[in-house]
Amino acid sequence: MAVRDLTAEVDGTPILKGLTLEIKAGEIHAIMGPNGSGKSTFSKILAGHPDYTVTGGTVEFLGQNLLDLEPDDRAKSGVFLAFQYPLEIPGVSNLDFLRVAYNARRQHQGLEELDAFDFDELVQTKLGLLKMDEAFLSRSVNEGFSGGEKKRNEILQMALLEPKLGILDEIDSGLDIDALKIVANGVNQLTTPDNAILMITHYQRLLNYITPDYVHVMEAGRILTTGGKELALELEERGYDWVREDEAVEVGAR
Amino acid sequence: MTIQVSTVPEVGNLGITTKVDRAAYLTQLLNLRSPLSEANAGLQSTRDQAAARVQELAIPSTREEEWRFTDLSPLLQVNFQAASAIAPTNLEAWFLPEAANSRLVFVNGQYAPELSSTADIPAGVTIGNLAATGSLQSKLANYLAKQPGAEEVFTVLNTASMTDAAVILVPRHQQVEVPIHLLFVTTGQEATISHPRCLVVAEAGSQLTLIEDYVAIDQGVYFTNPVTEIWIEENAQVSHTRIQRESEAAFHIGKTAVSQARDSRYSNISVSLGGQLSRHHLEVYQTGEQTETQLHGLTMITGDQVGDTHSTIAYTKPHGTSNQVHKCIANDRAHAVFNGKIFVPKAAQLTNAAQLSRNLLLSPKARVDTKPQLEITADNVKCAHGATVSQLDNDEVFYLQSRGINADSARKLLIYAFAYDVISQIPVTSLRDRLVSLVRLQQA
Repeated sequence: MAVRDLTAEVDGTPILKGLTLEIKAGEIHAIMGPNGSGKSTFSKILAGHPDYTVTGGTVEFLGQNLLDLEPDDRAKSGVFLAFQYPLEIPGVSNLDFLRVAYNARRQHQGLEELDAFDFDELVQTKLGLLKMDEAFLSRSVNEGFSGGEKKRNEILQMALLEPKLGILDEIDSGLDIDALKIVANGVNQLTTPDNAILMITHYQRLLNYITPDYVHVMEAGRILTTGGKELALELEERGYDWVREDEAVEVGAR
Repeated sequence: MTIQVSTVPEVGNLGITTKVDRAAYLTQLLNLRSPLSEANAGLQSTRDQAAARVQELAIPSTREEEWRFTDLSPLLQVNFQAASAIAPTNLEAWFLPEAANSRLVFVNGQYAPELSSTADIPAGVTIGNLAATGSLQSKLANYLAKQPGAEEVFTVLNTASMTDAAVILVPRHQQVEVPIHLLFVTTGQEATISHPRCLVVAEAGSQLTLIEDYVAIDQGVYFTNPVTEIWIEENAQVSHTRIQRESEAAFHIGKTAVSQARDSRYSNISVSLGGQLSRHHLEVYQTGEQTETQLHGLTMITGDQVGDTHSTIAYTKPHGTSNQVHKCIANDRAHAVFNGKIFVPKAAQLTNAAQLSRNLLLSPKARVDTKPQLEITADNVKCAHGATVSQLDNDEVFYLQSRGINADSARKLLIYAFAYDVISQIPVTSLRDRLVSLVRLQQA
């Protein structure tokens, strides 16, 4: 995926101000940044949230112009967004929901849809990955789930949909250390040389469990600086201010 | 409720509609009633009294508080005629396997014994047409048309026009395991008027499940004006599901009046889908201590439909509990109305009443008027109420889309999820499944 000079706004307020980022297959990227830097917005724009208007720039994904696609077509092409706040859907069992989503993707790939029986078998193999109980499947989607259960359910969906690009929007927030380990372990088992992960997070803690190849620091709708995983440690120690200062010096020197 | 007598003609909003004298129109409807049969001769005085009352009344106008949001003018433009006795053949589609032999069918208000079957009803339970109840009629007279609110204009019109009626009397400590299906069919080819009537008496300690179901064969204009009276005696339990799936051109103005004696339990699930204009008066009167009332309502309308629910829960004694959830889903230019009264007088201490009105508007032209109306004079009670009006949330549609589900399917799924907690209460599986598919097919 190649993002070039992306600008976007919501209700006339600019949120992204020229964001450029390239992610190749097999890579794990992390975007960090303070509240309001636009990092969650970026993830929603990639998935196609209708509240945001792209005003400039391009996003190329596997040779397609991603911005031309409806959100469901983006999903079927291999973009997956794990939500910070997953939706509760009363009356729709988790199993039915997962099957509908899974078969939508199969159909797109020109494959035959799986029937309830075969799907059930498939889903069982994925449950263990996230240490999820079978009872999860018969409950309504996310209804009455704890924060940790909701996040695990997001990763379960990712495990089934096998995206080319998994975007994890603050998948770590609100999780205790045990839940975080389960979620991170699930994600790690899903990484292959063919797919890529983009993590959005506040906290360096997540990166102890999922090791990124690149860490980007975002501020005011742009990426300020990019480094390896050691950049995250530095941020943890020194906060975001030093990045801003460096940037200011750099701008001054030009 | 007091109905003001009004003979002032209404001016039609299009200029092409004719002015109608609302009192004369009501009398005209009364004159369509069919004569009493020999077997129902005992109803004569009840009918006569009601007829005399009808003569004093008129079709209500929107100037009356109770009818502020529901304009009956379209009703006045129709020349209704008395229902004819047509025996439709293929009704199987509406039969419920769970109630295959516990079903009464009425066609255009008239009892259809050849379509009914009560073989599974335990001995001792009285079930059938009022005319066939013979010596029980004097006992039933203590209940028939004796609920509070019987003076309301459409109820009294029904009483004055009463001929056939579904009667269910469950004796003390008797449990009826099979659901009882009361199927009211309108043929709908002609602009007929019918007045279905149900009388249910659950004696002390008894238990029954009732399905009251209004359906149409043709999608024509007609008028159904049903009244159901339910008496739940001490420690008895009634589960009552009421499905209104009339023609989308029909008028349906229905009454459910329930009296609950001490320690009794009543649950009502009301689903309104049909009718160009439909209204349901749901009235629960608690006459003893520690009664429990559960009301679940769903109105789902589209096009130019008007769907109105006026509910009343009247407490009179301490330790009563009620829980009410009413949901409306309005699409296109449809107009949903909910008015939920709860009366908690001084004597009804330690009442615990909760009411929630939730409304989903699917189009910019759809409209909902919702009015929780709690009148509490007792000082040691717990009463909660809430009302919300919302649209489908972009974030919710987006979540489903991001899983590869297209926008249209996503919206349908969310509408279904909104309706689910009402529909899921329906105790008869086949009926619940049918409504689930009806709701899931609804255009978003």
